[in-house]
Amino acid sequence: MKTSRTIAWALLVAVTALSLGAPWIAPAGYAKQFRESPNAPPSRLHWLGTDELGRDRFARIVYGTRISLLLAPAAALISILLATLIGGLAGYFGGGWSRLAMGFTDLFLSLPWLFLLITVRALLPLNVSPLVSVLVTFVVLGLLGWAAAARVLCATARSLERSDFLLQARASGLSAFRTFFVHVVPNFKPVLFAQFWISIPVFILSEANLGILGLGVAEPLPSWGSLLKELESVFSLGDEPWKLAPLLLLVMVVTSFQLVLSSPEEAVA
Amino acid sequence: MLVWRIARHLLSIVATILLGGLLAATMARLAPGADVDERQLDPHLNAQSLQALHASREQERNIFAFYWHYLGNAAHGDLGISHSLDRPVAELLRDRVPVTMRLVVLGLGIAWAFAAALAFSTVILPGRAWDLFSTSLSGLFLCIPAAALALLAVILNVPVSLAIAVVVFPKIFRYVRNLLAKTYNMEHITTARAQGIGETRILLWHAIPVAAPQILALAGISVSLALGASIPVEALCGIPGIGQLAWQAALGRDLPLLVNLTLLVTLVTLLANSGADVIAHISRSQS
Repeated sequence: MKTSRTIAWALLVAVTALSLGAPWIAPAGYAKQFRESPNAPPSRLHWLGTDELGRDRFARIVYGTRISLLLAPAAALISILLATLIGGLAGYFGGGWSRLAMGFTDLFLSLPWLFLLITVRALLPLNVSPLVSVLVTFVVLGLLGWAAAARVLCATARSLERSDFLLQARASGLSAFRTFFVHVVPNFKPVLFAQFWISIPVFILSEANLGILGLGVAEPLPSWGSLLKELESVFSLGDEPWKLAPLLLLVMVVTSFQLVLSSPEEAVA
Repeated sequence: MLVWRIARHLLSIVATILLGGLLAATMARLAPGADVDERQLDPHLNAQSLQALHASREQERNIFAFYWHYLGNAAHGDLGISHSLDRPVAELLRDRVPVTMRLVVLGLGIAWAFAAALAFSTVILPGRAWDLFSTSLSGLFLCIPAAALALLAVILNVPVSLAIAVVVFPKIFRYVRNLLAKTYNMEHITTARAQGIGETRILLWHAIPVAAPQILALAGISVSLALGASIPVEALCGIPGIGQLAWQAALGRDLPLLVNLTLLVTLVTLLANSGADVIAHISRSQS
């Protein structure tokens, strides 16, 4: 329904604005240690307390949101680009290339996503600088997340095969690649947009999984995944509920993405 | 026709598995630092042992040679030795497969039972409140990372299989719910209701047979989902299964173990999908 979608949009805009304004909202920064108060509970100085190294948890969440929320679309962009090239070209050219590309796509799809992701991420260097670890994490997500979108784009390209505008483009003597990029790809726009939007929450959740397993963004840079790793030191939810703040934020943001795509009422209808 | 379908499936399974194994081996071989073996730093090893170690690594240098050699040995039941755990891979798999199987089967059982019951109740119960609640509940579970669910299972001290069930449940529920809703809109169901046939009978005799092929396809996919979820769940909950082994193999860059696990996971996933497809084909041809 319109209301839930509006609320979801508002939340996404607010969280994005909050993360972009991190230097002003949390001037202490994500790495500053308050050594006199490690593992401190929430207070006026530290709204969500401090972690075991005495870093302000609220500041780390705000900066972590910036990394997770802004880089997931970048990874989605990479995967959509790859899907367009592999799936789109396979559907457009057809024949042996299509069978080969789709066979490769099926292979990717037949492996559990997390298994593939963890294996590939673990094979890449882990002891790199924090900034490189951010790039590696999200590039790996982008490079491995193309398969499902490629299948959809392959089918879309096939459906366009006999269109009048393509026949005319071919009759005008345009090269196959020019026809593909100038005339076919623009027709992918609605599918690309939908696939891009669907990929973002998937990549946010995948980064969170990697982060909890210690394969995500390296310290001291925060991300939702690395912040959730703190849950390992929680023994009871009632004792330190503020440690659940990153999980709550993540659930709220991913839910908002889903609501923006389709509200539960629509799914019910 | 059915024999041809099964043969085609088997052929595609073999080709995909072989390709999957080669892909895993190539990735592990090309990974930065793949040549480094911590055992070479062991001061207790003499020159002869170091040379033997070097020779065994040299065999893995050419990826195609390694893979060909591996396949030859695998045909005789020798799956190689794990570098990181220093144990035969076959032995490791023998120990770990039952643990994961128990976990996955239990998780899938809970997920399917809960999802099917909830989906059925949303379709037959009047009003939209229950439907909205169950859809929102599945949507909520869909938004929590599998690894976070594993940690929550540890914190809340609940059975680990429940974490797997919660990962798989929303995907099963959404699909089954939509499928049943579509089926319940069909004319033969309306006629059955008009004739006063009970809801249970309608579900078992009139709805499930129509939706069976898609439900079976989903059953195949759910195995893959559960296997994927088992990695973070086993790694974080300390369960000595295949998921934890995959995690250790990836971190240790254990080429023989990684190739075997990729083959195993691909095999299980493809067999589950193909099995579901073949059963669905049989049920379609019989109806």
